[in-house]
Amino acid sequence: MAFPTSPAPAAPTPAARPLAQPAEPKGWLGLLFMAPSLVFITGLFLIPLGMTLWMSLHNWPLLGRVKFIGLANYAELAHDMQLWHSLGFTLLYTVLVTAAIMAVALPLALLVDRPLRLAGLFRTVYFMPVVIGFGAASTLWMWLLNPDSGVFAQLLRGAGLVDSAPRPLESFWPALGVIILMVVWKTAGFTMVILLTGLQAIPADVIEAAKIDGASVFSRFRRITLPLMRNSLLLALVLNVTSSMLAFDQFFIITQGGPSNSTISAVFSIYLASFSSYRLGYGAAMSFVLLVVLVAISSVQLAFLRQRPEES
Amino acid sequence: MERIRRIPAQQPLSERLSFWGFALAGLVAALIFLMPVVWSLANSFKPAAEALAHPAALFSKSFSLENYRRLEGVGAGWYVYATNSVLIALGTVALTILVAVPAGYGFSKFRFPGQSALFMIVMATMMIPFQSILTPLFLILKFLKLQNSLTGLVLIYVTFQLPFSIFMMRNAFDAVPRALIEAARIDGASQATILRRIMLPIALPGVATVAMFAFLNSWNEFLAALIFLSDQNKFTLPIMLVNVSSGIYGIIDWGALQAGIAVTMLPCILLFLALQRYYVRGLTAGAVK
Repeated sequence: MAFPTSPAPAAPTPAARPLAQPAEPKGWLGLLFMAPSLVFITGLFLIPLGMTLWMSLHNWPLLGRVKFIGLANYAELAHDMQLWHSLGFTLLYTVLVTAAIMAVALPLALLVDRPLRLAGLFRTVYFMPVVIGFGAASTLWMWLLNPDSGVFAQLLRGAGLVDSAPRPLESFWPALGVIILMVVWKTAGFTMVILLTGLQAIPADVIEAAKIDGASVFSRFRRITLPLMRNSLLLALVLNVTSSMLAFDQFFIITQGGPSNSTISAVFSIYLASFSSYRLGYGAAMSFVLLVVLVAISSVQLAFLRQRPEES
Repeated sequence: MERIRRIPAQQPLSERLSFWGFALAGLVAALIFLMPVVWSLANSFKPAAEALAHPAALFSKSFSLENYRRLEGVGAGWYVYATNSVLIALGTVALTILVAVPAGYGFSKFRFPGQSALFMIVMATMMIPFQSILTPLFLILKFLKLQNSLTGLVLIYVTFQLPFSIFMMRNAFDAVPRALIEAARIDGASQATILRRIMLPIALPGVATVAMFAFLNSWNEFLAALIFLSDQNKFTLPIMLVNVSSGIYGIIDWGALQAGIAVTMLPCILLFLALQRYYVRGLTAGAVK
């Protein structure tokens, strides 16, 4: 996601808040306090949201005449092989990178979940790459990976593992592999913190009781820890899936969509349609499809999230 | 955040072993997370020939600022881009606070029909990513004559900071005791005085969280800056980095790139180290809810 570290709190439920708080004498005065924010959200969110749908029904060049063409953009989408390829690629990337992040973040969370000063220090270090932007992180990894003066090439050659410097960006799977490596490095700390809040909410006496009953480390983890941190696992999953579906920076910067257009993500193809070919209507149609896919994915996940463990 | 406990020397062997196992595993992981940043910083101070020959070396025989000087020759010069980034980040922080604090106060302390529906609409902005409405935003900025301007970009960043910020501020204001407000009102304090003198001091940590997220997100944002800024003098640091990394005639000046990366990422890292607890509070706000 281009706002990579937005925490996107889990679906807030205003209805669930106690309404018992006595209201201010003049309730409508509140609207006055909210007015500026409503202007922003209407002007730069709700109106553009409606425009996306409206524009998608038009042939809308940057310059020149705008023409209503009904659903023609969507009909074209259906046959656009590059678009389907990029959607497929984005899904593949999302599945792989989410799995990789979880596989790294969960052990890290378990590792640093102890009341030691050293654990706090480790947490800070693991989290640090999260605050570096995707732009800086991507260019940093471009350098690490480059075959001529990159660190990886030198270390691998120095260790005698390879004869000539590897060029991971020249074929599909190695390119995807190094991107995933970079993203795990940059974002695992974020997921670790989310999982840590779940771990720390587990009452210590539950674990103690299981220990006394003679449960092994493994079965304690599988039967107590995992089920009890279910909500934070799901939240981490939602946040990772949504942000991976919107990946752009790393593919634009590191692989530049290559080799042979195989790493063009969904947002990347919207960018190309709207701001490289300047087919704004077609780009809007693509945006709308992506939006529907994303809202569908996050609603399904949030539905799971809302169920409390004891209900299921 | 954590209770601190020292490891006494006379503990059973198994516990000491498990401590050292933890320390070793943690240290290895810490090195993996740290090294890319350390390598990049180390190389930004190396002369070109040495960086090419020994990129993995942490210390070089000769310390040089030549890379940073070459960065002045990139496009309009790195300080122009740094200034733009600072202006955008500070603008976003200021405007986000100015808009989100009153809104959070409104959602926390006032009740009127349709208020929850309004709150849901505000929060929906979080569900729908800004990437999917870039095309119309481009037209709106053009209509407002704000295309290719830092102000236009700030307005967009503020809009997409708002849901999280309003959510944070509402929770912060929810924490202010009712009795305190009543007492102030009885003493004849006005709405504005109550907000400024009583509510804000208590809600200040929430404001710090909001400010920090606004700063980091606007400083690091790439896609919108790439699309909405077309004039070389308006670029931000991330855009500068990508221009350097795409090279001139196929030759990439890795040294200048390292210097640029350092300039771009150090402010974020320092800010994070200084205000860590506000940042983590913001992250967990969603998880605990």
